Amino acid sequence: MNLVFDPSWLPRLAQGISLTLQLTVYCMALGAGLGMVLGLVRVYGGGKFSPLYWLASAYVHFFRGTPLLVQLLTIYYGLPTMGIVLGPFQAGLVAMALNTAAYQAEYFRGAIQSVKAGQMLAARAVGMSRTQAVRHVILPQALRLVIPPWSNELVYMLKYSSIVSMTALRPETWDLFGVGRQIASRNFRYFEVYTLVALFYLALVLLLTLALRWVEKRVRVPGLGTPGRGI
Amino acid sequence: MALLRVEDLHKRYGHEEVLKGVSLTLAAGETKVVIGPSGTGKSTLLRCINRLTEPDRGRVWLGDLEVTARRADLNKIRAQIGFVFQDFNLFTHLTALDNVRLGLLKVRGMGRREATERAMAELERVGLKAKASAYPAQLSGGQQQRVSIARALAMDPKLMLFDEPTSALDPELIGEVLAVMIQLAKEGMTMIVVTHEMGFARSVADEIVFMEGGVIVEQGPPEVLFRSPKVPRTGEFLRKISELYGEAG
Amino acid sequence: MDLGVWAQVGSYLPVLLQGLLVNVELLLGLLALGFAIGVVAALLEVYAPRPLGFLASAYTWFFRGVPEIVLLFLFYFGLPQIGLRLSAFLAAVLALGFRSSAYQAQIFRGALLSIPTGQMMAARALGLSRLGAIRHIVLPQALRLSLAGWSNEFSSVLKDTTLAWGIGVVEVMRQATYIRARNFTLTLPIYLTVAFLFLVLTYAGNFAIGMAEKRLRIPGLEGRG
Repeated sequence: MNLVFDPSWLPRLAQGISLTLQLTVYCMALGAGLGMVLGLVRVYGGGKFSPLYWLASAYVHFFRGTPLLVQLLTIYYGLPTMGIVLGPFQAGLVAMALNTAAYQAEYFRGAIQSVKAGQMLAARAVGMSRTQAVRHVILPQALRLVIPPWSNELVYMLKYSSIVSMTALRPETWDLFGVGRQIASRNFRYFEVYTLVALFYLALVLLLTLALRWVEKRVRVPGLGTPGRGI
Repeated sequence: MALLRVEDLHKRYGHEEVLKGVSLTLAAGETKVVIGPSGTGKSTLLRCINRLTEPDRGRVWLGDLEVTARRADLNKIRAQIGFVFQDFNLFTHLTALDNVRLGLLKVRGMGRREATERAMAELERVGLKAKASAYPAQLSGGQQQRVSIARALAMDPKLMLFDEPTSALDPELIGEVLAVMIQLAKEGMTMIVVTHEMGFARSVADEIVFMEGGVIVEQGPPEVLFRSPKVPRTGEFLRKISELYGEAG
Repeated sequence: MDLGVWAQVGSYLPVLLQGLLVNVELLLGLLALGFAIGVVAALLEVYAPRPLGFLASAYTWFFRGVPEIVLLFLFYFGLPQIGLRLSAFLAAVLALGFRSSAYQAQIFRGALLSIPTGQMMAARALGLSRLGAIRHIVLPQALRLSLAGWSNEFSSVLKDTTLAWGIGVVEVMRQATYIRARNFTLTLPIYLTVAFLFLVLTYAGNFAIGMAEKRLRIPGLEGRG
């Protein structure tokens, strides 16, 4: 067995990393916005029979119950038949954002519901409206509680971003995996290239995990525990 | 010959020396009750006897078998020493019957029918035949402790060790467990009981062992210890504990 | 989209289901592999001496940190280079199975650690060996406690079986692609149908696991999550 590692791969892999990180950050940001709205609707949206609650729930169930790849191909290949054309990068980003929003909605819902009921009562008792109470009392606590599951989700999306190049291997989808795929398809050093790509993903995951742990420590408030994540 | 000999046991946890050289002997059929303030190494002593806790120094013999020997077959030895825990430790996922039967099947290698019969007999002995198919969570604390005694008895132990068997129980449930233990003592079981139940100690113990600070301060028959202890500290402790827990039990 | 389109989709349904069957086969294979390795890895992490436990941790860390697709490509395209030629299906079962074993190991590890130490102590006091105590006392309890986490893992890997499409396994997404190539106008309805099939499978699977959980439930032994 003769392993070959070519240093000339590295700059291109580094470029791939940059796209991977962009995808991850954008989709997590978009997903957080949409997810928070969905989570709020699921908790405060007027109960099981309001159409708003029903819509949000259907959304969450659909995107959590179907594969991300199906969502991606539906957007990339399916929407153009209805006149909506997205490039492979945009399609990937939209699919990832819509997908993670559904998961994040559940984390927000869980976090909001684990803020003690007395907090809302106390806020109303000092004369706040419901919206004010949610905004100034419930959400600041819920946002801290949501950090641990949100960190997990970030790592998941970092890894899942590797599917954007599955639609088309074009320069705009050369993320870390895409670059690797492209290099390997030229020189056939599949084993070395994919091992290297795997190690890069591991390093990214490690760095992100450490960074998030640091953030979690920074914003910690005494007495506000992280919710049990089950076993 | 003594059934159990303990010689100069030492045990240290970090900086704290919990046992500082404890020796005692137990004749067959004898019941010793170990008393003393909490944190003075009583539980550690019991656990060192069947090496659930590894002593740092000292030796233990069960009959002519050295428990502390390097090559001792611990599983075989432990099967001959019944152990009853303060918090029962019944196997959560097994019914009362299966709790009692498990050791017979897996340690003794007994056949299923024979093991079931034996286990049912032990449950009957502690008055819980009707609860054979209940899970631990469906039993009261007193019932759980009686099942755990049955579990130990089923193995035909030469020696029974009780580690504060009633201190996790509600007061009204203590009696039923003590009744089983008194019956056992009467039947001639060899036992060491760590407990604060002075009534039990008085009526059942052949000897009371008072431990404090990792050593045995004084030991002797209950009537001697209660009436005229040699060490003032013993009398002091006995008075305090009798006030706290009462004489009955 | 008119009714005619859906009638056409209907005529392709058997082909889609045939593809979905391959996903289910993949799923069963990788779950079984993941379970076997996951239990062993968790036991090593909790009970084995340092070096072995460390190895197990390194293993789970690797397979949790690398994207599925990279693993699939590494196993299918990379391994032949070092003399291991696998069919696409087998490569998918192994790559996804190892990955799942790392996640399952984490679930089992948490469950093992949540069993009170008194259980092990009581088992040893009866004369059971360490291995016997693990087998008869700790593991049966831990596996029951794992079911909730395990049902999450099930939903997650069920959906990830579609990624085997990337290395050419003829599963449901590949079948959908074939249909799309033949009849471009069916693209959207076909993908939506596939999505619907996964919804059904996900909920059916979770329902079945929920039933199993109920049947295996023992009073006093519930997740403390």
